[in-house]
Amino acid sequence: MSAPFTVVHAGHAAPDAPAPRTARQVPHRGGTPNPSAARLQAKFPQQYVRHEVMWGDTTVYVLPERVQDVVRWLHDDAGEQYDYLVDVTAVEYRDVEQPLEVVWHLRSLPYRRFLRLKAQLPKGTPLRVPSVWPIYQGADWLERECFDMFGISFDGHPDLRRILMWEQYREGYPLRKDFPLRGRFSRAEQLRQALSQNPEAKYSMEELTIADAFEDLPLDMRRRLAGGERTGE
Amino acid sequence: MGLAPRPDASVAARPASDHVVSYDPQSQEGWITTRLDMLVNWGRANSLWPMPFGTACCAIEFMASAASRFDLARFGMERMSFSPRQADVLICAGRVPFKLAPVIRRIYQQMPQPKWVISMGACASSGGMFDNYAVVQGIDTIIPVDVYVPGCPPRPEGLMYGIMMLQEKVKRERMSDQSLREEMDPDPASNLYIPPAVIDELSEPFGNSVHQTRSGL
Amino acid sequence: MATKRTIEVALSTTGLDREGRPQRVPLAVDERGQVTTLAPPPALEPEPELEGEHMLINLGPQHPATHGVLRLVLELDGETVVRCIPHIGYLHCGFEKIGEYRQYNQIIPWTDREDYLNSPGNNIAFALGAERLFGVEITERCTVLRVIALELSRIISHLVWVGTTCIDIGAFTPFLWAFQERENIYNLLEGWVGARLTTSISRVGGMAADIPDGWLDGLRGFLKTFPKTVAEVDKMVTRHGIWVGRTIGLGVMTADEAINYGLSGAMARASGVAWDMRKDFPYLDYETYDFDVPVGVNGDVYDRFLVRMEELRQSVRILEQAVERLPDGPVNVDDPRLILPPKSKATSEMESMIHHFKLVMEGPRPPVGEVYVPVESPKGEKGYYFVSDGTAKPVRWRIRPPSFVNLSAIPKMVEGHLLSDVIAINASIDIVMGEIDR
Repeated sequence: MSAPFTVVHAGHAAPDAPAPRTARQVPHRGGTPNPSAARLQAKFPQQYVRHEVMWGDTTVYVLPERVQDVVRWLHDDAGEQYDYLVDVTAVEYRDVEQPLEVVWHLRSLPYRRFLRLKAQLPKGTPLRVPSVWPIYQGADWLERECFDMFGISFDGHPDLRRILMWEQYREGYPLRKDFPLRGRFSRAEQLRQALSQNPEAKYSMEELTIADAFEDLPLDMRRRLAGGERTGE
Repeated sequence: MGLAPRPDASVAARPASDHVVSYDPQSQEGWITTRLDMLVNWGRANSLWPMPFGTACCAIEFMASAASRFDLARFGMERMSFSPRQADVLICAGRVPFKLAPVIRRIYQQMPQPKWVISMGACASSGGMFDNYAVVQGIDTIIPVDVYVPGCPPRPEGLMYGIMMLQEKVKRERMSDQSLREEMDPDPASNLYIPPAVIDELSEPFGNSVHQTRSGL
Repeated sequence: MATKRTIEVALSTTGLDREGRPQRVPLAVDERGQVTTLAPPPALEPEPELEGEHMLINLGPQHPATHGVLRLVLELDGETVVRCIPHIGYLHCGFEKIGEYRQYNQIIPWTDREDYLNSPGNNIAFALGAERLFGVEITERCTVLRVIALELSRIISHLVWVGTTCIDIGAFTPFLWAFQERENIYNLLEGWVGARLTTSISRVGGMAADIPDGWLDGLRGFLKTFPKTVAEVDKMVTRHGIWVGRTIGLGVMTADEAINYGLSGAMARASGVAWDMRKDFPYLDYETYDFDVPVGVNGDVYDRFLVRMEELRQSVRILEQAVERLPDGPVNVDDPRLILPPKSKATSEMESMIHHFKLVMEGPRPPVGEVYVPVESPKGEKGYYFVSDGTAKPVRWRIRPPSFVNLSAIPKMVEGHLLSDVIAINASIDIVMGEIDR
C-alpha cells in the first residue's frame, strides 16, 4: 500500500440528476427506457435484437456470439460506465419451445442506472456464451454457478467447474426444467453416490491448476481435457 | 406407515419371551456393578462435550443456547469441542446436503466411543422443508441418531429438553450391554449402513410435500 | 429531505509503534470528503527466502462453525498463504429449484432460511420484489413497519458478526454481550410474529401481522439500552492493541477492485466506495430518513469493523425516527387478489370462503413479467429476480447472494498473509453459507 485511497463517491457522474427517490406507481410496461438501450442499438446494430421496459427495468436482448464485446463497450464507454456486475444467471421457461435465456444484470454506479442484458439460446443448440470474466472479476463464481445449474458453458472462463454440486455429480443440471425436483435417482442411490466421494479428495497439489498438473494426468484425461470436455451431462 | 424398525443400538436386548417374567439369578447385576454404572453414567451425562456440527439456522439457535440466557454450561456442555476426537455428542444442527454427507460420516467415525448423536431441527431429522435433490432426508440415513429435536429451528428450551432426554438415555445404559458401544459398520461397497429400501422408505415425501411437485397452475 | 452525508473514517496504517503500543489514530471527519490525516505505512524489510516445499492444508468444511461449512484449501509457504482455493456448495439445498414449485407466499419461509441471520430482511426484500411484480403499492403503515423490521434485522445480523468475529480473533466477551442483545430483539420479534429467528414476517401486499399493543414501548426500551452495549463493545475492542494489531492492513481491497469484484455492502464501503442501496436506489421511503452511511478508506479488516459498528448506531437512529412516524391504518393492502379475507368472514360467508380457498390452494397470480428489486441487506446488495409466466408459481426465482460474490474475492484478499490472518479476513467478509450455497 503506497498511496492513500480516496473515497469513491459512486453516483458522481450525474450531479444535476434528481435525488434518488423510492419508486412508486411503476408501470407494467412502457415506462421510460434506460438511455443505454438506444445507444447500444446504435453502436451494435447487428447484435441488438430488441429491448423492452418491464416494471421500470430496461431489458436489452442481444445475440449471444459477441456478448463480450457488447459488455466491454458498456463497461468502458464514458457515457455508459457499467462498472458493476450484479448478477449472471439463466432462465428456462416452462414452455419447451422457448429458448434458454442467459441474463446479465449490470449497474452503472456513476450514473445510477440498471440494465438487464439477455441472450437467447435455443434448446438443442450447444449452450455456449462468451464469458465476461475478462471484464468483471466478479463473474467468476457467478458463471460457474450458471454452468453447474444449467449446463451453459462460458467461453473464456478460466476455471469452469461445478461449484455448488460436487464435481463428479452425475444426475444432471438441477435447474433445468426436465430435471425433477427430487432428482433422477432414488434416495438410496443419491446417498450412495454422495458417500462415495472422498471428503479429502483433491488433497494434492495437482488440484491447484489443471494446467500445472497437465503433465501428470493420464493420457485419456489429457485428450478429453484438450478436447474441451467438461464433467456433467 | 409400515416402517421397518429403525436400528437402535441403545435398546437393551429384549428377553426371549415377552409374556413370561423370568428370573435368572446369574443375569442379575450385582450391587457393585449397579453403583459403578450409576457413577459412570452420572459422569458421562453431566459432562457431555458437544461437537457442534452446525450448518444453518439451527446453529444460530445452538449458539444462542450456549450464550448467557439459556446457558448450556449448566449441563456441562459449554466446552464445545470442534475436534471430533475429543467430543462425546455430535449435535447436527442444520440441514445436511448430499455434498456434506461424507463429511458428517467421517466426523462421526472419528469420534471415539462412547458417543451419541442429537439431530437438532427438522432438516437434520428428516430433511425438513427441503424435500429435493440436494438434501439428505434425515441424517439417520447416514449415521445412527439417539435423540431427535424437532423444530425449525427448535427453541433453546427445546434443544435443552432434547439434551435432558439424552442424559436420561445415558443414565439408562448398562456397561454389561456391549451392544451399546458397537461401532456403526457401513457396507464397504455402498457406504450405507442400513438397507437401501429402508433409506428410500424413510425418505419418502409425506404430507404437503407429496402434492407440491406440480408447478404452474 | 436529507442529502447524502457520509462520515469518513480516516486511519493511519502504522499499526503499532516500537514499544508495541498502537499508535494514536486521529479520526478525521471531513464533510467534503477530504481525508486529512494519513501517514504512509512504514516499509517492512523483506523476509529472507527459505528453502522448502509448499504445504497444502485444508480448512474446513467443518471448523469452528461460526461461519458455516466453507472449505478453504490453502497452499502455504511456511506460515504465509501463497494460494487459496475456496470450495463451497456444502450447504446447497436447492432453494431456487423449490421456488419454482411454490406459490409466492409459500416461498417466504424459504427466504428466512437462506440468510438466516437477516430473516426479516430477506422476507421484506422478497415482498418488495413480489409486490413490484404484482404491481401493488403497500400502505403507509406497512412501509414504516418494514423499515423497523429491516433495521432490527440489520442490528441482529451485525451483532452476530461482531460476536463471531471477536471470537475468531480471540475476544470471547463481546460474543456474550452481542447475543444478549440479540435475545432482546428476539423478544420483540417473538412478540410480533411468534418466531425468534425464522420470522416469515412479510407477505405479498403486507405483513404477517400487525404489531401488538405495547410493542413500540418495548422497542423504545431496547433503543435506550442498546447504544450502551455498542459503546461497551467499542470501548473494549476498538482501541485494543491486539485487535488493532490483528486487523489493520489485512485483506486490503482497493475501491476499483471492490467494484470490479462486485463487492457490496460494508465490504465495498470500507474500501471507499460510497454506495448504499438505501441512498442510491431507495425503497420504502428511505430517502426521507435522516441517517449517515459510514465509508472507510483503507479497505482492510479494521475499516470493515468500524463501518459495521457505525452502521449499528445509524440503525438505532433510523429506528428512533421510524417509531415516531409510524402512522395508523391498515397494514395489508386492500387487494382481494392478494390478501385473505378476515377469518370471521371466511367462516361465515360463502364468497369469502371461496375467496379464501382459491387464494390458499391456487395462490395469487401475477401478470407475465420479470423484476429485480435490490435492497441493502447487512451483507450487501441482496435482490430477488422473479420471472413470471402468469401462473401462481414463478418460472424462475433467483437469489442474488451478496456473500457469494463477496466471498469470491477471498483468494485475492488472503494472498501473502499469514494463516491466522486468513481467519480474520474470512470473518470480516461477513458470510453466511446459507446464502452462498442456497
